[in-house]
Amino acid sequence: MQTIDTRGLSCPQPVLMVHPHLDADEALDVLVDSEASRENVSRAAAKRGWTVTPCECDGHVRLELRKNGVR
Amino acid sequence: MRIKNPFSTTAGIILAGALIGVAAILLQQLGNPANMGICVACFERDIAGGLGLHRAAIVQYLRPEIAGLVLGACLMALLSGEFKPRGGSSPLVRFLLGMIAAIGALVFLGCPWRAVLRLAGGDGNALFGMAGLIVGIGIGTLFFKRGYTLGRSSAQNPVSGWILPALMLGLLGLSLVFPQIQGQQQSGPVFYSTSGPGSMHAPFLASLVIAMLIGAVAQRSRFCTMGAFRDLILFRYSHLFLGLLSMLLAALIANLFVGGFHPGFAGQPVAHTDGLWNFLGMTTAGLAFALAGGCPGRQLFMAGEGDSDAAIFVLGMLVGAATAHNLGTASSGAGIGVYGAQATLIGLAICLVIGFMYSRKSA
Repeated sequence: MQTIDTRGLSCPQPVLMVHPHLDADEALDVLVDSEASRENVSRAAAKRGWTVTPCECDGHVRLELRKNGVR
Repeated sequence: MRIKNPFSTTAGIILAGALIGVAAILLQQLGNPANMGICVACFERDIAGGLGLHRAAIVQYLRPEIAGLVLGACLMALLSGEFKPRGGSSPLVRFLLGMIAAIGALVFLGCPWRAVLRLAGGDGNALFGMAGLIVGIGIGTLFFKRGYTLGRSSAQNPVSGWILPALMLGLLGLSLVFPQIQGQQQSGPVFYSTSGPGSMHAPFLASLVIAMLIGAVAQRSRFCTMGAFRDLILFRYSHLFLGLLSMLLAALIANLFVGGFHPGFAGQPVAHTDGLWNFLGMTTAGLAFALAGGCPGRQLFMAGEGDSDAAIFVLGMLVGAATAHNLGTASSGAGIGVYGAQATLIGLAICLVIGFMYSRKSA
């Protein structure tokens, strides 16, 4: 499973980094550190049928992107 | 636990856009210039004049709206736990982009918000500005596809996040301590206009409160006129675009109600009819907004959240606006400034160089 670190980057970079992975089915973790990035990445993923589970860590959020029950 | 942000929804962004559109027309009714209910570039230019950074007599006023937008966003960010002092992502480049953005916008005579308001008021010249804005942002998306980035920001000392909100409080303080003296161009160290757009303004408190409300809602909804077109072009995402569309429709409807819709090209308020430079001015500004990651309004809201990179952009716009009037690059109702064309093209060239240099994969 891949982890994409978007911390410290502002829009559109986080979505731009995640975008190419949304056509695949492989599970993906995305680290975000702003609410705007969190919303943007979640919105983009949900639009493509991904389930997004946020997981709050210290100072940032790990968004777990899963599709069709793939772990 | 965490409550979902209602303004991050489609309904939320539409509401935010509609609020800005209606509030702008309300501010015009209360005394702000026509088709300029709220314009970030124009109002920062007026603030530059109020501080004497330029001495164009007709555009001098410490517009409380700018402070309101920053402080409204700041308060909302504090309440929602989103106030996060951050910075360090190519600050000097952002300052330069801010200067170029203001210079380009003042060739067209307005930021994207005013382009929307001018359209809503029937000003056909704004079509050229809007087209330029879209082209400029479109060029920006090409750089994003090449890997353009100004680099990561990092957490900063809290003081850095408070500097711009504190400066805004300072501006409000100056206005209160040195209010305009009827018919006078100066009150203590502060300059005022006795004629022209700078002399037309809503009451201080109304301007401040309405702008704070906009700032608060826009902070939560991430309303951004540059992002509206960027996301549409880059990802085919219409989320932010719906906000912009909503602002346009709300302002248009409000204008129809108050008799503020006057379709045409000639004789529009604070506008000129030079289509080419309306287009190119906004192309330059649009590219600068795209490379800096936000329209002038969004930069104010991010600055309110403690983002000192956005704050640097805001200060760049303030200096750019002053420069535009000092060097004769700003337009007026009569047409573009003496050096408006040169400034637009030099600004565009600098943006292209920044775009290329910061999109190298190795950078």
